[in-house]
Amino acid sequence: MKKTGADILVQCLLNEGVEIVFGCPGGANLPIYDAMYRAGVRHILVRHEQGGAHMADGYARATGKVGCCMATSGPGATNLVTGLGTANMDSVPVVAITGQVKSWLIGNDAFQEADVVGITRPVTKHNYLVKNVDELAQTIKDAFHIARTGRPGAVLVDIPSDVQLAETEFIQPREVSLPGYKPRVEGHPGQIQRAIDALNAAERPVLYVGGGAISSGACPELLELAEKGRIPVTCTTMGLGAFPGGHELSLGMLGMHGSQYANNAVQDSDLLIAVGARFDDRVTGQPETFAPQAKKIHIDIDPAAISKTVPVDIPIVGDVRDVLVQFNRQINREEPTEWLNQIEKWRRQHPLKWKSEDGKLLPQYVIHRISEMTQGNAIVASDVGQHQMWVGQYYRFNRPRHFLQSGGLGTMGFGLPAAIGAAFAGLPDPVVCISGDGSIQMCIQEFATAVYHRLPVKLFIINNGHLGMVRQWQELFYGNRIMASDMTGNPDFARVAEAYGAVGLHVEHAEEVDAAIDKALSTKDNLVVVDFIVEPYENVWPMVKPGTAINDMMGTISEMA
Amino acid sequence: MIGRHTVGVLVANRFGVLARVSGLFSARGFNIASLAVGETEDPSVSRMTIVVEADGPTLEQVKKQLNRLIDVIKVQELTSDGMVDRELIMIKVSISPETRTEILQIAEIFRAKVVDINQKSFIIEATGDENKIVALVELLRPFGIKEVVRTGRIAVSRGPKTIA
Repeated sequence: MKKTGADILVQCLLNEGVEIVFGCPGGANLPIYDAMYRAGVRHILVRHEQGGAHMADGYARATGKVGCCMATSGPGATNLVTGLGTANMDSVPVVAITGQVKSWLIGNDAFQEADVVGITRPVTKHNYLVKNVDELAQTIKDAFHIARTGRPGAVLVDIPSDVQLAETEFIQPREVSLPGYKPRVEGHPGQIQRAIDALNAAERPVLYVGGGAISSGACPELLELAEKGRIPVTCTTMGLGAFPGGHELSLGMLGMHGSQYANNAVQDSDLLIAVGARFDDRVTGQPETFAPQAKKIHIDIDPAAISKTVPVDIPIVGDVRDVLVQFNRQINREEPTEWLNQIEKWRRQHPLKWKSEDGKLLPQYVIHRISEMTQGNAIVASDVGQHQMWVGQYYRFNRPRHFLQSGGLGTMGFGLPAAIGAAFAGLPDPVVCISGDGSIQMCIQEFATAVYHRLPVKLFIINNGHLGMVRQWQELFYGNRIMASDMTGNPDFARVAEAYGAVGLHVEHAEEVDAAIDKALSTKDNLVVVDFIVEPYENVWPMVKPGTAINDMMGTISEMA
Repeated sequence: MIGRHTVGVLVANRFGVLARVSGLFSARGFNIASLAVGETEDPSVSRMTIVVEADGPTLEQVKKQLNRLIDVIKVQELTSDGMVDRELIMIKVSISPETRTEILQIAEIFRAKVVDINQKSFIIEATGDENKIVALVELLRPFGIKEVVRTGRIAVSRGPKTIA
């Protein structure tokens, strides 16, 4: 029996295990919407396509499944760009389906036409324009395969509306066969052996863990390795949760706003094992000065990530989990007592803490209380800026897939829709978004999506009336010339929330914090927005001066035990 | 140290692949000196020869990033002593009754062919490596070059080894 392209597409999505689609309809994808209606696909109408892409992304980060979003041609598709770039930079599997104008109109500057494959090429792992309905089923199969395997990423499939309407025999696609795409899963045995020998011989090893450890599902193996080898572990922001934050070997976050003790440990290490991390410039500081005495091992599924910014001594291309299993079989080393003592000394000398000031509501305190009151078990989406770094510092993540944030692209507007996406996954843990007054206004219209679906998302706005990180940089590096970072004109967010039908709370004093968090956590059927009016000039400390080594930190609190 | 490197790339013969490859170079700030592309013996596969100006680490990145593209099947660096390379050039050069013979002699020395002629100009076609092509252009320059068109380098490795 013949089927339309739209019906074939929907069948293929269901075959790929898609449970939910985030999107917005328009002229060029109406046949797909009609087919979804008839097939009973669960679809979430978003208020802006960017929100849809971030929701698919948040769903994927929280569940490990492929997120799916949809948009019409032209402006619908271009609105996906930021969301696809965000997902792709952080190696999150997302498949976007876009409608395109009729194939004979492509290139004619038709109404709502854009070269979507051209526009999204730099922000996706791969993309397709399907010109013939007979290619559709195979293309969808390939697209999902590319999105979820190797280093995961975003894939876009652009489908002209006439292809959606064209009829053909539905043939089950054959197994994926892409001659140019064969990700290497197993690490090279010789390299692995060299790495294990180096580890067994190391006196001051450190594990430097990124998001790849989470996406490959390597967290149990990582814990085993750290404990067997007594190796301290520091995580990138993307890696937070890969290793329990409360563990005695945990050093928390490293890099620009990491702890002094994590950065000291990295800089003084004689062996640095990068696990699914990519030596981002926010981590390494000036690359030539990064961990200068350390032999560097880099385990990553993406060969292009290896030696890109920092030369590596022992590269291992492969799936992190596979490789760590082999490490654990052969690890045989004594407790590096002296090294762990040294790290403890640094930890006591330069603890990660804030200076309390009477009467001021400090953002660190708010985040600390959220962490305490959720016992580190919430799925926390954050936006981008100061609050994001404070979350990295003061929310103690215990488990993987619980910190959803735009690490690579640094996308303001990501947090709320990502939290909504995660909330739709129906996981048992509470879903929290910690945002800033600047960030939240970049996708604030998704309040409607959350409220309509009665999602119990808790949105905590750390409102300092500024684009806080910009202001901090202007203060420190631009002679305190506060240009265009003052957000005067902000609305009353609690009332905005109420206007959308959510619960809105306004907090200005430290003693009101717990009650507000408690109210948010106990509300089970609605979005709760808590607007925390915090000290406007608080800075994120400590901080690595841009262009210097990462142990050269400003704003460290010194305390001798 | 920045040098010129030749990279052979097998790609799926599909629309948009050239844009993907060239887009990768522009997006990452890699310098392409030349890029030549054509179908191979297998019509589903095209081969590109890319000459890239880069230092060692950048060349490594170029190769790795090319390999990352889904449509790229194989990437191989070709070294100058391990490859045969050619470029095709067509030069439209001004002629006069006094210069015609001299230009023809030059063309002959370079084993170049005159493929079009009229009262005022020749079109001379030549193939060879880059040095030869440059030398020919320089010799013809004094006569008045009206137009030049070059393919860029194509290259294949010596011996029985193939890229595939």
